[in-house]
Amino acid sequence: MSNSFLRRLIFDEKIRSLVIQTLLIGIFAIIIYIVTQQTAYNLEKRGIGTGFGFLNMSAGYDISIKLIPYTSDSTHFRAYLVGLINTLLIAVCGCFLATILGFLVGIIRLSSNWLFRNIAYVYVEFTRNVPVLLQIILYYTILLYLPKIKQALVIFDIFYITNRGIYSPAPIFKDGFSIVAWSFVIAIISTIFLKKYLKKKQEQTGNQYPIFYINSALIIFTPIIFYYIMGMPLDFNHPVLKGFNFKGGMVIRPEFMGMLLGLTIYTAAFISETVRSGIMSVSKGQREASQALGLKNNLVLRLIVIPQALRVIIPPLTSQYLNLTKNSSLGIAIGYADLVHGFGGISLNQTGKAIEIMSMVMVTYLTISLTISLFMNIYNKAVQFKGNA
Amino acid sequence: MSGPISLTHNKYYSWCRDNLFSSWINGIITILSIYFIYEVSSFILNWTIFEADFVTNFRGERIIDRTFCSKNIEPGQHGACWAIIIVRFHQFIYGFYPVEEAWRVNLVYGLLPFALVGIFFDNLPFRKYFIYFTFLFPFIGYFLLYGGIGLDAVGTSKWGGLLVTLFLGVTGILLAFPLSIILALGRRSKMPVIKTICVIFIEFIRGVPLITLLFTANVMLPLFLPEGVRPDNLLRALVGVTLFQSAYMAEAIRGGLQAIPKGQLEAAQSLGLTYWQSTRKIILPQALKISIPPIVNTCIGLFKDTSLVLIIGLFDLLGVGRAAVADIDWAKLHYEVYVFISLIFFIFCFLMSRYSLYLEKKLKTDNSN
Amino acid sequence: MKKLIVILGFLTFSFSSIAGTLDVVKERGKLMCGSNTGLAGFGNPNDEGVWEGIDVDVCRAVAAAVLGDSMAVEFVPTTSKVRFTVLQSGEIDMLSRNTTWTLQRDVELGLEFVGVNYYDGQGFMVRKDLGVSSASELDGASVCIQVGTTTEMNLADYFKANGMSYEPIPVETNSEADAAYLAGRCDIYTTDASGLYASRAGYPDPSAHMVLPEIISKEPLGPAVRHGDSEWADIVRWSLNAMIIAEEKGITSANVDEMLNSKDPETLRLLGVTKADTGAYGSWLGLDDDWAYQIIKQVGNYSESFEKHIGVNTPINIARGLNALYKDGGILYAPPFR
Repeated sequence: MSNSFLRRLIFDEKIRSLVIQTLLIGIFAIIIYIVTQQTAYNLEKRGIGTGFGFLNMSAGYDISIKLIPYTSDSTHFRAYLVGLINTLLIAVCGCFLATILGFLVGIIRLSSNWLFRNIAYVYVEFTRNVPVLLQIILYYTILLYLPKIKQALVIFDIFYITNRGIYSPAPIFKDGFSIVAWSFVIAIISTIFLKKYLKKKQEQTGNQYPIFYINSALIIFTPIIFYYIMGMPLDFNHPVLKGFNFKGGMVIRPEFMGMLLGLTIYTAAFISETVRSGIMSVSKGQREASQALGLKNNLVLRLIVIPQALRVIIPPLTSQYLNLTKNSSLGIAIGYADLVHGFGGISLNQTGKAIEIMSMVMVTYLTISLTISLFMNIYNKAVQFKGNA
Repeated sequence: MSGPISLTHNKYYSWCRDNLFSSWINGIITILSIYFIYEVSSFILNWTIFEADFVTNFRGERIIDRTFCSKNIEPGQHGACWAIIIVRFHQFIYGFYPVEEAWRVNLVYGLLPFALVGIFFDNLPFRKYFIYFTFLFPFIGYFLLYGGIGLDAVGTSKWGGLLVTLFLGVTGILLAFPLSIILALGRRSKMPVIKTICVIFIEFIRGVPLITLLFTANVMLPLFLPEGVRPDNLLRALVGVTLFQSAYMAEAIRGGLQAIPKGQLEAAQSLGLTYWQSTRKIILPQALKISIPPIVNTCIGLFKDTSLVLIIGLFDLLGVGRAAVADIDWAKLHYEVYVFISLIFFIFCFLMSRYSLYLEKKLKTDNSN
Repeated sequence: MKKLIVILGFLTFSFSSIAGTLDVVKERGKLMCGSNTGLAGFGNPNDEGVWEGIDVDVCRAVAAAVLGDSMAVEFVPTTSKVRFTVLQSGEIDMLSRNTTWTLQRDVELGLEFVGVNYYDGQGFMVRKDLGVSSASELDGASVCIQVGTTTEMNLADYFKANGMSYEPIPVETNSEADAAYLAGRCDIYTTDASGLYASRAGYPDPSAHMVLPEIISKEPLGPAVRHGDSEWADIVRWSLNAMIIAEEKGITSANVDEMLNSKDPETLRLLGVTKADTGAYGSWLGLDDDWAYQIIKQVGNYSESFEKHIGVNTPINIARGLNALYKDGGILYAPPFR
């Protein structure tokens, strides 16, 4: 009997796989059990408390780069939120700029001008083969060599460039500015409808309308007109050097700029490569066919090549966005208060809750990563060939 | 009469016309590009070579600290001061490894090409033995570096610079390779448990930044392990790096596996081969061949990412560089140090990426045959 | 498979019984000591790679007492971020690394502080040409802070209490803080005053910088061990006390051999010449009789250590101040040795 069981174990695939899997679950359960027991034992023996109660305790330290109100009285949870927002801020700004620069460089790399495209090539090779951390530190160092605060470089009497940041006037919105803002939003929405309407008309009558110029005018002039109607409800708060620092105005800190430069320049090199290969994947025949139809070069690029290339570009682009977001965790090297530096660093030190804090940080990154992948998958499905299946 | 005709037929002339001056816009771009290249390259060459100090300054004095650098004596008139690199060269290459034992590191550096050549070139004679050597290499290397029988022990706290960077990079890649194959096969397994475990592992690792894994390995690993088991800092970093690399490599290999037509496996199994036999003899060799270029790309990524270990207090190339910059005798020579380190990283990564391109081209021609 | 489970099970049980730190150290033959990653005068490797400093000397004293050899120490450089976890995890036997004794660390983090080897306080350093003479004039300044310490909390409290604003620039190590401060990224560099003096000593032009008179916090720095091993805590505590008592009694590394013939009863008890009714004082600690003799002989008394590494004749240039003996106007006071 045991013999037949053994035989079935070896030759019956279903039973075999069931046995293997059960064993595997067993081993994993044992390992997890041992590790948790050991950890609990270690923690208890060393008198380290556990739990998330510390999140409600006062954090006690200040953060200079913050988008939501935060003081040293705020809780550790608030510090977590500040860090999270800083991480998202640098990630979003970085992705945005890297995409623009990446597309630009990618298109330059396909330029018919030999010199021009090789300048882009040298840029790509040099930035993508040097660690992003090194680049971030290097750019930050360069920013620290900007003029000191007392010798600020003044541009147009508006911008002050120093090694403590770039200061610019801050807008002050007075009563009635919200109407100007709304007019802007409404102008944008109406352009969408206008575009649809004009396209339809173009299909019916065959007349071409300068849609682009009409819409641009609409978007630019509507808010300007409302701005004057409402009596110019906008003021600027100019930065003034008082005591140690500039008071008033807005400032971009060198820590933020260093991160942004590093992440953008590094990631753009990769994006340019995916853009280049994406465009090259669109067959030459397509381009020649559209040129034969009399389309101009930039129209060929805009209407024929890029929409098709996007299908190839988007999956690798997504992973570049993911990489950039993960690389934004390097703020710790230059003191940018992101999730890892602020919450994962300072809060961890003050509370000693290594396990809790590191798992929160990891789960947060995991959530961000999965969310980006999810949205990009949805978008990717939307741009794939329709009706071709 | 014959002049213009011969000019237009000159191949340099026609190349220039086609590639640089095909339209007036292109012409302007070309001129601007030439100007740009001239400005940038003259700046770079002057700074790095023509106006730079190497061993002595412009007065001919030997440079022993930053005050002797020409650019600190006559600000704004001189280029780089490479003396910092020369003085600290040992640290950049070996870290704090004892000078009299440095031959061991040199030996390892010397053996490294032999360990790698077997993987890189498949038409090598005696390739099999080179591959054996590849997998023996981490152990030989570790013995040579760490010491033990007959050699003085040199603790990993004394390792640093390029040594640590290469150690983490090469060992991380070699250790991650078998793990990644298992993960890639596991992810395609028909058994839901195995598949789930592999998917969770891969997606988790790929979803978090390496720095959090390094922190975990560095700070939390001791909390998970029994007392008395104390892997040193470098090994902890190696664990983090290996896990990280294995997840990315597994995805590269999975891509290769997916490209193998299903019929191959079915054909192999109809010949009576078991799953393992057919995987090992039929599927994997083909899949790995296809996936080497993406694998090399993940290796380039990992090699650059090893610089992150400076954040957990290890002295890799960049860590040694930051220490050099922090040394008050040499302070404010950031650019020299960072440019030097960038160059080392660039050389390694650029060669790897060239190799990956070469493979891609070769694969294409192989397939078209 | 079964074998594996047995092995795994065996591993967990075998590790449940562990020896005290003293036995571990004796068996290993060397002391694992958590030190700073490099703070001149307190804990820093010299040109030959030998660790030096007053924090380092505490570890050397313990090694001399336990192993009879002050050089039998392996120093594990720790950043302020990992220092407690490294100690908690058992990687080091003791932490002697300018660490402030606070309630939370003593109680909640599972550490045990055994004494104070340097009374410090957080101060501010500014460039002299800034024209600032008091910390109350710092409103609106940018402040470089080395994170992972109580520093950022004291700073936040101080500025809040005085109704002043500031821009914090948190950095990881003191060399980064030095770089940012020297580059002019911040007006003020704040950390423990001892750290400020140590940093300033390394600046290209130390006289261009000054430490402001305000000390905004109490920072008793001292060695710490893991909570729960009182035997080991006693050894570290009394090794430090022995150095302080030696200074009080005028015993130095140079005259310790003559002092064996001293008439002073406490000196004789300290050097292990006279024993208590229940046995030698060393045996109470589980050490040899001459443990304190070894400390003084090999490491020296507190004053020797202080003057050698951070005193007024060193580049660090710190006066004894609070760290003088109680009878010299300071607050350094060791319990009686009896």
